[in-house]
Amino acid sequence: MLKQPTPETAPLVRKRVSDPLPVQILLIGLMLLFFIGFIFLPLGLVFAQAFQKGWSVYLESITESYALEAVKLTLTTVAIVVPLNAFFGVTAAWAITKFNFAGKAALKTLLDLPFAVSPVIAGLIFVLLVGSRTPFGSWLGEHGIKIIFSTPGIVIATLFVTFPFVVRELIPLMEAQGRDEEEAALTLGARGWQIVGKITLPNISWGLLYGMILCGARSIGEFGAVSVVSGHIRGQTNTVPLHVEILYSEYNFAASFAVASILVFLALLTVALKVSMEKKFQKNSSHH
Amino acid sequence: MGIELKNITKKFGGYTAIDDISLNVASGELVALLGPSGCGKTTLLRIIAGLELPDGGKIILEDKDTTNLPPREKNVGFVFQHYALFRRMTVFENVAFGLKVLPRKARPSGTEIRDRVEHLLKMVQMEWALKRYPSQLSGGQRQRIALARALAVNPKVLLLDEPFSALDAKVRQELRRWVRKLHDDIHVTSIFVTHDQEEALELADRIVVINKGRIEQQGTPQEVYDHPANAFVYNFLGNVNVFHGRVHNGKVTLGSHRVDAPDEFKNTEEKASQAFVRPHEIGISRIRSSEADLEGTIQEVRLMGGQIGLNLECEGFEHPIEAEIPRDLYINLQLSRGDKVFVSLNRVKVFTGDYAI
Amino acid sequence: MGLFQTKRRNILPGFGLSMGYTVFYLSAIVIVPLSMIFFNTFPMGWDPFVHAVTAPRVLASYRLSFSTALFAALFDAVAGLLTAWVLVRYRFPGKQFLDALVDLPFALPTAVAGICFATLYSPMGWLGATLTKWNITIINSATGIVIALVFIGFPFVVRTIQPVLEEVEQEIEEAAHCLGATRWQTFRKILLPHLFPALLTGSTLAFARGIGEYGSVIFIAGNLPMKTEIAPLMIMSKLDQFDYAGASAVALVLLLISFSMLLALNAIQEWQQKEYR
Repeated sequence: MLKQPTPETAPLVRKRVSDPLPVQILLIGLMLLFFIGFIFLPLGLVFAQAFQKGWSVYLESITESYALEAVKLTLTTVAIVVPLNAFFGVTAAWAITKFNFAGKAALKTLLDLPFAVSPVIAGLIFVLLVGSRTPFGSWLGEHGIKIIFSTPGIVIATLFVTFPFVVRELIPLMEAQGRDEEEAALTLGARGWQIVGKITLPNISWGLLYGMILCGARSIGEFGAVSVVSGHIRGQTNTVPLHVEILYSEYNFAASFAVASILVFLALLTVALKVSMEKKFQKNSSHH
Repeated sequence: MGIELKNITKKFGGYTAIDDISLNVASGELVALLGPSGCGKTTLLRIIAGLELPDGGKIILEDKDTTNLPPREKNVGFVFQHYALFRRMTVFENVAFGLKVLPRKARPSGTEIRDRVEHLLKMVQMEWALKRYPSQLSGGQRQRIALARALAVNPKVLLLDEPFSALDAKVRQELRRWVRKLHDDIHVTSIFVTHDQEEALELADRIVVINKGRIEQQGTPQEVYDHPANAFVYNFLGNVNVFHGRVHNGKVTLGSHRVDAPDEFKNTEEKASQAFVRPHEIGISRIRSSEADLEGTIQEVRLMGGQIGLNLECEGFEHPIEAEIPRDLYINLQLSRGDKVFVSLNRVKVFTGDYAI
Repeated sequence: MGLFQTKRRNILPGFGLSMGYTVFYLSAIVIVPLSMIFFNTFPMGWDPFVHAVTAPRVLASYRLSFSTALFAALFDAVAGLLTAWVLVRYRFPGKQFLDALVDLPFALPTAVAGICFATLYSPMGWLGATLTKWNITIINSATGIVIALVFIGFPFVVRTIQPVLEEVEQEIEEAAHCLGATRWQTFRKILLPHLFPALLTGSTLAFARGIGEYGSVIFIAGNLPMKTEIAPLMIMSKLDQFDYAGASAVALVLLLISFSMLLALNAIQEWQQKEYR
């Protein structure tokens, strides 16, 4: 039976029915064990391996020219991919959430498609589309345009893989916000671009940024798709994750993990940003 | 003429939301569109604003055909049910929005905008809230800002969609009176939509009762309340007792009783009818005052502020009859549950034909 | 009135423009490239197609990808439910930190995860050294693949269950309690059925992701033909031999599996919405 709270002990806030302490300790312990094995050990390992030969080797590994070229290529890719997918995300979310049309559900499913495709297949399809052995690819080659085994190939494959991130964040957000504010702006005499610029974009800014961060994180880290289209040419078509792979397969573990540690740092940063932005989200939504 | 609607029709898929509605609103008039939810009143309002397009018909605002104009060019002020304030803008920016998006040539200067916004905020008694964000305001305050924002562009007509529905009872009362006063001051042609008959009766110059996409009746609150055109209107404007029966040669059956029908039914053949009596038009007394009085037993007594509600079980009637009597009378008669009383039905209103309600 | 004074069907502006761009971009980046799989498989003809996708090495890779993804998803279902439960229900220091780290597998490049697990379980690694003493080999085995996939799929389960668990009404549980149910009965009869659709959704997502996963697996798998070659690796090696048709045939089967998972997931979610509305 439940204990009746007496007036002196009656809590002001009702406490949730809770598990007995031993159960709590057991379950928390099990979870910690999982986290140690699957999160903390791998993370610790990266830094232990990265610094096994000391600071100087670490610094050298991350500043040698091939590493820097890889960072440059990765950043270039991110700089192209994120804005393109963000622009698409806003456009598609606008079309989907502000209008009614037949086939909306099907369109939404199509937007998620890249998530269901193996990264290797994501690379493969672009090899099949514009690779040098395909009709279109050889035509491009004759005109001096090379896509596969060069930067454009890496960019398109990454575009495909990170395609849904922004639009997926925006659709539920904009659906929840409805069309009222845009309609209000319309009755007050605003034009299309004024509505988008002054009402819609400010309203979705956090969701947009959030989606862009997820998109960026995946662009930096994408391996399988990029691996297929890159050709692994050092100093030219090697992104940071590919560089990590090459160093690793050459048994240059210290250097490999040193470069990997940068990626780990970025991943932790992404997670931290995600958490702080989610708090912001909640703050905002509790106001309305 | 402020607003002229000619044969407006609107369908959503196979569903007819507006069925050939024509309506005139005089300049400076305050009109209520009253009806149950889903009757099409909000759709009609959105059509006037240009937020929906009619499938047929014409909308003429101040003698100009605006049927196919985009909302931007209609110059109407629209107050949304949930206010639709711009959440990322301050109160000042919200109210100034309509002026700031004007084309450069027509746009007032910065100081003019500031003066106008401050004037409007003063008018809605919100000048202190200039720098607040909508999330920092209460429902009633947001409503005032929404009103100020709509008025900022000097609209030809002001449209309000269920303007008080999201407010709690006390604020609703206050704001209602205040809006009436505001309208008397600025006299902008206004239409508001409501499902609350009290609100319509108290606020409007004229009430348009809408049901299933059609106008049932229009007139002053007094006319509509005292002379409802049909059973629907009667039923929708306040509490009512309904008696299903038959009318024949000047007599109408109420339950097992037959009473005199209103004059217009003097020579009708026998027809199915519905008779209506408002609870406050039922007389209660300890002594029989006429032949037609019913005998009833008080089943339930409800305290309703100044009035007392009674549920009366009357012989020959399937359902209890609801009556409302002044508190004084209740005390004088020393009524209590189980007492036998005489019940007189005054001002019985009879409609024939089957009217689904 | 001009000829083209047709009625505007939408009040908000930009439908044609935004819809047009959406369809164009979707086609250019997703639909047209994906359709290349079909265009490269069809000219093969039926028999060569069947031959390509039923070659013993290919079949073995499908079996391996399928079974390891399944095991990993099941493990994630348990670990994810446990983690979601602890994170939602209990209060302890460091909770928010652990909660944030749940997303790490989403954020960490798969190649980094791959080399981490490969090194951790190598015969000289932190865990591998001890396990080797006990004669347990993780690296170059299906177990290793499962471990990598557990890591990858973990956040899917936690993040799907968490919101549902947070929304479970306290009253429901209290009511069950007042009716005399024990904690365990309440969990099994009230909470678990309530959480089940989310659990299924999360595990299916983890499973679908596991089937296609590449980066985190190849380092620990060792890629031994017939033993630890996953399906995506088969595509990779066919590509390396410029066998485009073969690669697309293998990919087509993999895609069909993934898409049917996606459809099944949609069906689950629809059923879930009907059930709890």
